Amino acid sequence: MGHDTQVQAKTKAQFEYERHHNAVHMRKQVINFAIMIFLTFLAFAVVVADFSAYFIKPFILLLAAVQVVLQLYSFMHMDDKKGHHIGVIQTFVWFGAVIAFTFFLTFLTIIWW
Amino acid sequence: MSSVAVANKKGFGATLWDYLTTVDHKKLGVMYLLAGTLFFAIAGLEALFMRIQLMFPNNDFVSAGTFNELLTMHGTTMLFLAATPLLFGFMNAVVPLQIGARDVAFPFLNSLGFWLFFLGAIFLHLSFFLGGAPDAGWTSYASLSLYSPGHGIDFYVLGLQISGAGTLISGINFIVTIITMRAPGMTFMRMPLFTWTTLITSALILFAFPPLTVALFFMLVDRMFGANFFDHINGGNTIIWEHLFWIFGHPEVYILVLPAFGLFSEIIPVFARKRLFGYSSMVFATILIGFLGFMVWAHHMFTTGLGPTANAIFAVSTMAIAVPTGMKVFNWILTIWGGSIKVTVPMLYALGFIPSFVAGGVTGVMQATAPLDYQLHDSYFIVAHFHYVIVGGIVLAIFGSMHFYWPIMFNRALNETLGKWTFWFFFIGFHLTFFIQHFLGLMGMPRRVFTYQADQGWDLFNFISSIGAIMMAIGVLILVFNIIISAKSKPLNCRDYWGDGRSLEWALKTPVPFYNFKQTPLVRGYDPYWLEKHEGNEEGMTYAEPLGDIHMPNNSVLPLVMSIGLFVAAFGALYHPDGVAWSIPVIIIGLAITVGAMIVRSLKDDLGFHVHVEEIVATEEQLYGKGGNK
Amino acid sequence: MEETKFTPQTWPDKPEQATPEAKNKFVGIWIFICSDITLFASVFATYLSLKDKGPAGMEFSAAELFELPLAFVMTMLLLTSSLTSVYAMYHMKNYNFKGVQIWMTITVLLGLGFLALEIYEFYHYVHIGFGYTQSAFSSAFFTLVGTHGLHVVVGLVWIVCLIVRNAKRGLNLYNAPKYYAASIFWHFIDVVWVFIFTVVYLMGVLG
Repeated sequence: MGHDTQVQAKTKAQFEYERHHNAVHMRKQVINFAIMIFLTFLAFAVVVADFSAYFIKPFILLLAAVQVVLQLYSFMHMDDKKGHHIGVIQTFVWFGAVIAFTFFLTFLTIIWW
Repeated sequence: MSSVAVANKKGFGATLWDYLTTVDHKKLGVMYLLAGTLFFAIAGLEALFMRIQLMFPNNDFVSAGTFNELLTMHGTTMLFLAATPLLFGFMNAVVPLQIGARDVAFPFLNSLGFWLFFLGAIFLHLSFFLGGAPDAGWTSYASLSLYSPGHGIDFYVLGLQISGAGTLISGINFIVTIITMRAPGMTFMRMPLFTWTTLITSALILFAFPPLTVALFFMLVDRMFGANFFDHINGGNTIIWEHLFWIFGHPEVYILVLPAFGLFSEIIPVFARKRLFGYSSMVFATILIGFLGFMVWAHHMFTTGLGPTANAIFAVSTMAIAVPTGMKVFNWILTIWGGSIKVTVPMLYALGFIPSFVAGGVTGVMQATAPLDYQLHDSYFIVAHFHYVIVGGIVLAIFGSMHFYWPIMFNRALNETLGKWTFWFFFIGFHLTFFIQHFLGLMGMPRRVFTYQADQGWDLFNFISSIGAIMMAIGVLILVFNIIISAKSKPLNCRDYWGDGRSLEWALKTPVPFYNFKQTPLVRGYDPYWLEKHEGNEEGMTYAEPLGDIHMPNNSVLPLVMSIGLFVAAFGALYHPDGVAWSIPVIIIGLAITVGAMIVRSLKDDLGFHVHVEEIVATEEQLYGKGGNK
Repeated sequence: MEETKFTPQTWPDKPEQATPEAKNKFVGIWIFICSDITLFASVFATYLSLKDKGPAGMEFSAAELFELPLAFVMTMLLLTSSLTSVYAMYHMKNYNFKGVQIWMTITVLLGLGFLALEIYEFYHYVHIGFGYTQSAFSSAFFTLVGTHGLHVVVGLVWIVCLIVRNAKRGLNLYNAPKYYAASIFWHFIDVVWVFIFTVVYLMGVLG
C-alpha cells in the first residue's frame, strides 16, 4: 500500500495557484465565521428582546440549523467534491440526522405523564 | 511477524501471545467464532433448563427466581454474545476476502472490538458466581429492573456497556473497510450480497448502539450513583427506557438477520449453480429494510398506551417492512428455480430457512396489527414468533455458513453426513419446539412464567415443546462432534472447495496466507471468480498490480490492555452502591489503564511493516509447494 | 514512505487524504461522528422530555436557572476555537508547520477557557442545591451538557497529544491526517454546542 503514494514536485505555476486557491478559500471561511457569529448574536438578541415565544422558538431553531449546515459544509469540508467518498459520508450524516429527528419527534409527542 | 507464516511450529506460549495481540482479520474471525460458540452453548443450556422446568405442570426443577435469571441470561446472551459474534466471525473471515482487501481498514480497532466484546461478556457471566444473574428479562424494563435487589442488573448494565462499545467499534471498522478498501473494479454494485448486508448491518449498528449506550448509562447512574432518569418520585419516567431500548432493540433484530440474509444469498447461487436472481433489487431491499428498521420501534410498545395515532403510524410502517423482505424471499426462490441444484448441507439449511423464516415473518405482520397485538402481547405467541425469526433465520444461517465457509476459515471440511444428521435433528426439533408455542399463546399461556397449573390444556403442548428442545440439543451435540473430528482431519489445501464458488473468496487457495492476496485482484464484473473461471483463467483472478512489497499492520497488545482497564473499572462501579471504600479508586485505576493505553497508542507511531517480494515467494512455496499459488 | 521529508513544493494538495491509511482515517472519523449524532440525539431527546421535571414542589426551573451572558461567552469561545482550527488546517495545506502548531495551541486555549466556564457553571448549580441527584431535570441537564463537556476534554487531550508528540518532527503524511481528524472532531463539538445553546439555554430561558 505504501507504494501508492508518490512524491511529486509541483510546477511553479501550480504551486502558486494552490497557494492562491488556499488563501481565497481561507478568506471564504472567515466570512462564514462572521456569518455564524452574526447568527449567534441574532439568536441571543431575539431572546433578550423578549418577542413572542411563538416567533422566537422556530426562528432560533432555524438559525441553529443554518449555522450547523455552515459548519458541516464549510468548516468540515462536506462541500469538497474531491473529498474521499464524500457522497457516502453525506448519505450517512443526513441519514443520521433523519433518525435523530424521529427521536425528538417521539420523545416530545408520545412520552407524557 | 513476517516470519510467523514461515515458521509454523511454535510453542504454546508464542501461539497464545500471537492470538492475544493479533490484528489479522482471519484470526479475529476465528476468535469471534470460538467465543460466540462458547456463549451459544451456555445460552442453549439455559434454554434447555427452562424447557425441562416447563415440561410438566408444577415442576420444581428450578426455582422461580432461578427461572427469571435463566430467561434473562438466555435472551441477553443469545442476542448480544452469541448471534452477534458468530456473525461477526463470518464478516471478519469473509468480507475482506470478498472485496479483495489485505485486511480491514482499522486492524487495531478490529482487535479492540473483539476484546471489549469478550471481556464485557465475561463480566456479565461472572454474575452467576457473584451474587446472582440479572433477572428482569433481556429488555430489562426500568420499572422492574430499577428495583431488582442484588447486583444482577448492575452486571447486565456494565457488561453490555463494555461489549456494546466493542460492537460499535467493529461496526465502524466494517463500514470504513467496505467503503475504502475495495479492490480496483469492485464497485458498489459488484459487491457480493454478504458484503452489502454487512455494510447495512454495520450502518444499523452505527446508529442503533449509541441509544443503547445512553439507555444503559442512565440505568447505571440511576442504580449506582443516585440519578433520577427513571424514578417517577423525582420526576423521571420509565417510558424513556422503553423508547431508548427499542430504538436500539428493533434495529438489533435487523442487525442480526441481514447478515443471515447475506449468507444465504451467497449459499443459494453456489448450489443452485445460477447467478443470484435480481441482484440490484436485493441490494435495494437490503437498504430499504435498514431504513425502515429505524422507523418501527414503537410496535414493541403498542400496549404501553401511546395513543391510537402513534400506534397506527407504527403499525403501518411495520407492515411496510414485509415488502422488501418479500422481495428477497422471491429472489431466493427464483434463484433456485430452474437451477441445477446440489443439496449439500449448506443448501439444506438454505432450503429449510425459506419456509421457516416466512412463517416467522407472517406472524410478525399479525402482531403489527395493533388491536390484535393487544391480544397476543406477552403470550407464548410472541415467543414462537421471534424464535421462528431468530432460529429459523439467524441460527440456520450460522450453521449453514459454518459448513459453507469452514474450508476457507480452517482449511478443513465438516463432514456432510454428520451435517445432515445435525440439520434434521435441529430442524425437526426447532419446529416441534416452537410451532406448538403459537397455539399455547393463543390458548392464553403467558410468556416468562416459571410454571403453570395442570389441566388447563397446556400440559401436552408444553411436553412436546420440551421434547423438541432436547432434539435441538442433540443436533448441536452432533455439530460439536463434527467440529472435533474435522480438527483432526487432513488439511484440504485446495481452491474452491465446493466447485461452484462465484465470489472472490473462493479464488484463493487455502490456507489463505496472512496477507490474503499476493497481488491485489482486478475485479471485472459481478461474481468475479465465476467470470475468471469461465474464461479459463487458471489462477482465478486477474491482477491489478505487479508482485511487490506488501504493507501490513503490526500486532499490538494495547487493545487487550484497554479492555482490561474498562473491565477493572466496571467492578468499581458495580460495588459503588454498597458503599465500599475502594469503589472510586478502582474506577479511577481502571479508567487510567484504558486512557493510558489510548495515549500510548496516540504517541507511539505504528507504521506497520513491509513484506518483501522474496518473503512472499517463500511463503507461497511453503504453503502451496513449488510455483506458489498457481 | 510516511516519514518522507517534504518541501512546500512537494507537499500534496490534500495531505489529509494522500495515503490509503489517511483515506481510511478521513472516512473513519466521519463515520464515528455519525454514531455520535444519535448518541447526542438520545441524550437531547431525554433532556427535552425531562425538562423542569422533579419532585413535587421543585424550586428549580430552566427559566430561572440559566443565565444568558455566561452561555453567550461560552458560545463565542467555542465558535472562535472552531475558526482557529480552520486556520491550523489552512497552514497545514501550505506546509507551514509552525502555523499549524500555533493555531492549534490557540484552539486548545480557547477550549480550556470554555471548559473553565462550564466547570464554574456546574459548580454554581451544585452550590445552590441543583446537584446531579436533585431531580430528573438535573440528571438530564448534567448528563447532556456533561457529555458535551466530556467530548471537549477528549478533544483537548487529543490535540495536546498531537502538538507535543509532533513538536520536533514537523509535518508528514503520517501525522497530517491525524491533525485533520482532530479538527473535524473539534468542529463537531461546536455543531453540538450550537444545538445546546439554542435548545437548552435560549429556549430554556423562554420557559
